[in-house]
Amino acid sequence: MAVVTIERKVLQKNDELAQENRELFARNGTYVINLVSSPGSGKTSLLEKTLAQLKDRIKIAVVEGDVQTDLDAQRVAKFDVPVVQIVTNGGCHLEAKLVQDALSNLRLEGLDLLVIENVGNLVCPAGYDLGEAIKIVVASTTEGDDKPLKYPAMFRNASVLIINKIDLVPYVNCNLAELRENALQINPHLTVFETSCTTGAGIKEWSDWLLAQTGKH
Amino acid sequence: MHELSVAESIVTIIKENTDGGDAKVSAVRVRIGELAGVIPESLEFCFSAITAGTSLEGSRLEIERTAIVCHCEACGTDSTVNGLVFRCPRCHGPHITITSGNELQVVEIEIDD
Ligand SMILES: Nc1nc2c(ncn2[C@@H]2O[C@H](COP(=O)(O)OP(=O)(O)OP(=O)(O)O)[C@@H](O)[C@H]2O)c(=O)[nH]1
Ligand SMILES: [Mg+2]
Ligand SMILES: [Zn+2]
Repeated sequence: MAVVTIERKVLQKNDELAQENRELFARNGTYVINLVSSPGSGKTSLLEKTLAQLKDRIKIAVVEGDVQTDLDAQRVAKFDVPVVQIVTNGGCHLEAKLVQDALSNLRLEGLDLLVIENVGNLVCPAGYDLGEAIKIVVASTTEGDDKPLKYPAMFRNASVLIINKIDLVPYVNCNLAELRENALQINPHLTVFETSCTTGAGIKEWSDWLLAQTGKH
Repeated sequence: MHELSVAESIVTIIKENTDGGDAKVSAVRVRIGELAGVIPESLEFCFSAITAGTSLEGSRLEIERTAIVCHCEACGTDSTVNGLVFRCPRCHGPHITITSGNELQVVEIEIDD
């Protein structure tokens, strides 16, 4: 019997491709965010609100990850920004390779912001670097306040938490202070926004912050 | 759910290290941190499912778990993160680096000759 020492990261291939993506983004001066959440927390809704705020001020493009459909891409296309759909055919997360392939359909030159909407899932996308500058996790009030404790890897790897659907707080069992506290316990460095895509609350604060991150304003 | 693609990546790494795979691999040792977001039972299931009927059928997947360990930038203490509280247990400062717990690695493989 022989033992072969390997000591290699299982997702090393993905990390390498993500690094290639990151260098490509850097060369083009494109700021890239990776939007993650459970299914239905409001990623696409937030994206629509954000596009309404920012699309005339900076150049934005979108990569939409979806297990099966291009429904979200259709919603985004209404804003007249370039959008590329990745259908994962059952895959529960985006990988750097899929993003790299999608990039061949996008013009990065002069692009200020690229938003990648990941597949709705709080577990799997946590481990897959896509080459983004930051991960943004969206948690909605209808999911309750314990999500950060149940999905620590995602909240730990994210830089921003958007608490969405705050208009529903009176009707659901979710304590905003508790949600915030749970998230900050997992990751004290999180920047937190509270939004409602229905009333528009918090959208401007979030969009202004994002605009500032791109360094183009 | 992504344990399936993790299992596929492990198989690829094994093949790359056994010249394509004629050697009889009796065991594969992997290291998975508590914060890696991979469920060991689910990975074991996926690994045996995708290796069934291949030269890797029957190879044992041995999983070593690593605890979440942090280093405090403020006071220099290394400690285990318990109960998912990501602060230094000694000085309660938030400026910690995770030094262990994110691992998802193939450590070694055992080949029968
Ligand atoms: N009340 C309320 N509903 C919202 C809010 N934001 C989104 N929704 C609704 O929540 C549902 C899901 O929103 P999406 O934006 O499609 O969520 P998503 O995260 O993109 O969903 P997936 O891509 O399928 O994971 C839709 O019916 C939205 O209209 C909000 O702030 N308040
Ligand atoms: Mg969506
Ligand atoms: Zn300390």
